[in-house]
Amino acid sequence: MKNYLHIDHIGMTFPTDNGPLNVLNDVNLKIDQGEFISLIGHSGCGKSTVLNIVAGLLQSSSGGVLLEDREINEPGPDRAVVFQNHSLLPWLSVYDNVRLAVDQVFKRSKSKAERHSWTLHNLELVHMSHALDRKPDEISGGMKQRVGIARALAMEPKVLLMDEPFGALDSLTRTHMQDSLMDIQAELNNTVMMITHDVDEAVLLSDRIVMMTNGPSATVGEILQIDLPRPRDRLALAENPTYNHYRAEVVKFLHERHQQPEKKSAKPEQQATSPNLKLAAG
Amino acid sequence: MSSNSTHSKTYNLPLLSRWLEFLQSEHSIRGFSKWLSSIAIPIAALFVFLILWESGASQVQTSLGTLPGPAQVWEQTQSLYAEHKAERLKEEQFYERIQERIDKAIAQNQPADRIERMQNRQYTGKETFFDQILTSLWTVMIGFIIASIIAIPIGIACGMSNILYQAINPLIQIFKPVSPLAWLPLVTMVVSAVYVSNDPMFAKSFLNSAITVTLCCLWPTIINTAVGVSGVSPDLKNVSRVLRLNWWTQTFKIVIPSSIPMIFTGLRLSLGIGWMVLIAAEMLAQNPGLGKFVWDEFQNGSSNSLARIMVAVLVIGFIGFLLDRSMLMLQRQVSWDKKAVLR
Repeated sequence: MKNYLHIDHIGMTFPTDNGPLNVLNDVNLKIDQGEFISLIGHSGCGKSTVLNIVAGLLQSSSGGVLLEDREINEPGPDRAVVFQNHSLLPWLSVYDNVRLAVDQVFKRSKSKAERHSWTLHNLELVHMSHALDRKPDEISGGMKQRVGIARALAMEPKVLLMDEPFGALDSLTRTHMQDSLMDIQAELNNTVMMITHDVDEAVLLSDRIVMMTNGPSATVGEILQIDLPRPRDRLALAENPTYNHYRAEVVKFLHERHQQPEKKSAKPEQQATSPNLKLAAG
Repeated sequence: MSSNSTHSKTYNLPLLSRWLEFLQSEHSIRGFSKWLSSIAIPIAALFVFLILWESGASQVQTSLGTLPGPAQVWEQTQSLYAEHKAERLKEEQFYERIQERIDKAIAQNQPADRIERMQNRQYTGKETFFDQILTSLWTVMIGFIIASIIAIPIGIACGMSNILYQAINPLIQIFKPVSPLAWLPLVTMVVSAVYVSNDPMFAKSFLNSAITVTLCCLWPTIINTAVGVSGVSPDLKNVSRVLRLNWWTQTFKIVIPSSIPMIFTGLRLSLGIGWMVLIAAEMLAQNPGLGKFVWDEFQNGSSNSLARIMVAVLVIGFIGFLLDRSMLMLQRQVSWDKKAVLR
């Protein structure tokens, strides 16, 4: 289905003490059903704001978001979110965390036994069946994120929203999680919108990479179609010229054309001081 | 079997060589430093305190003689216990005598109403120190429980609604520092005006003390609960919004569990304050608890009074400590946040 999710020219302005701050300007994006989209850009460019607007946690100042041609204006389980810091309820076990979501979403449509097996099924999907009774404090960061993903998947969302889901994990765990996510995606074919900082992650997982310009007034800079066959294998891809080309494209966008704002402001200062240095040297 | 025999042999060795063996044992360095910090240091400090107390107290002359040292206090502790035993024995004997008379009356076929009157006779001896401890504990628990029942819901409501918090906060800030001694006269007047009954279930002195405790116990629980509830992580709030939890589920599944550690911090503070307040309240309200004991001994002014008051001081402190520990244990049982350092 074309235009499954339509982010229609959204803009976002926050009121601050120093007057209104325009964070997003005219972000326009159409996402197909079953498509995996990554949003990449420097910190503070408003990626999370886009995701929160799609989730319904924030209301855009202009424009709107359509999901299956219906406007989104409040949060709901059809747009499940995997938060960066897992956001599991620390007083509930792994099972109960997922079960809470299952009970809430399938209160009427599934029987108690069905909800139980659906909870187990989703934890199985993320390989967490061995730790059902553990509390979030008793499992590792990667495991917590797995449970967070299971909770989101268990809601059977139309769109799965992931806000830097692996950002807080060490690189080894992160690669495991990415592989798991690819397996799950191959099985379920969800529509996913993921925010990331990691170029490799974006290229490996996505069908399209949406690169955002720097804020304020950030917008979609470029969209890169990733035409790599699935299933993708990170080892094989490491030598693949197409993969490396895509990777280079993203790196170029991020580090040549749209440098981090801090670096930009640092440059003129250096120029200003260089004549003095020359004088001193001469 | 062999290990058993060596163990018993070790036990029979003289103290010094046992001590040396301990020092040379496998984990002696770590074990020793652990033992030193957990047992030896507190005990040494206690000894220093007792020595300072003994030498310092004898320097202070009062109208009731010198200030008592540890030895006199220990003597009075034993005498209070002996008095308690004697009182209990008297009570037992009293009921035995009554029973004898009743048996005799039944044998003599005396009228039923007379026998009934005998059966209803209660022992009216004075409360012992130990009875007074129980009265104090009962009073503080009632005051504390009433305060918690009122304060936790108010705290939750204040934490959830900023408007309510703004409305109630000034009242909390004004009433929080009020001394129990200022509340007590008001409470006494209100209780005597409102609680009028021919067959009162509770003594007025008990109500006055318990309500004063309640009034002073409310504030830390309200404040800490409100802080806990308003501090629920925004991420968890977002989870609840995405799941579209209704108000009820959100409150009971997310807000309250998340603020349990803070609620208990408030409850512990409240109970500590309640116990301090109670002693003062009992002194003035004449509730037959530890406060009254201290007051009566002070009025009594015998040569033993100061030592007996010191016994009470130590008991009050020790019970306060036990109350705090039991709240801490309850908190550990209930709280999900096992990692939080609970002191």
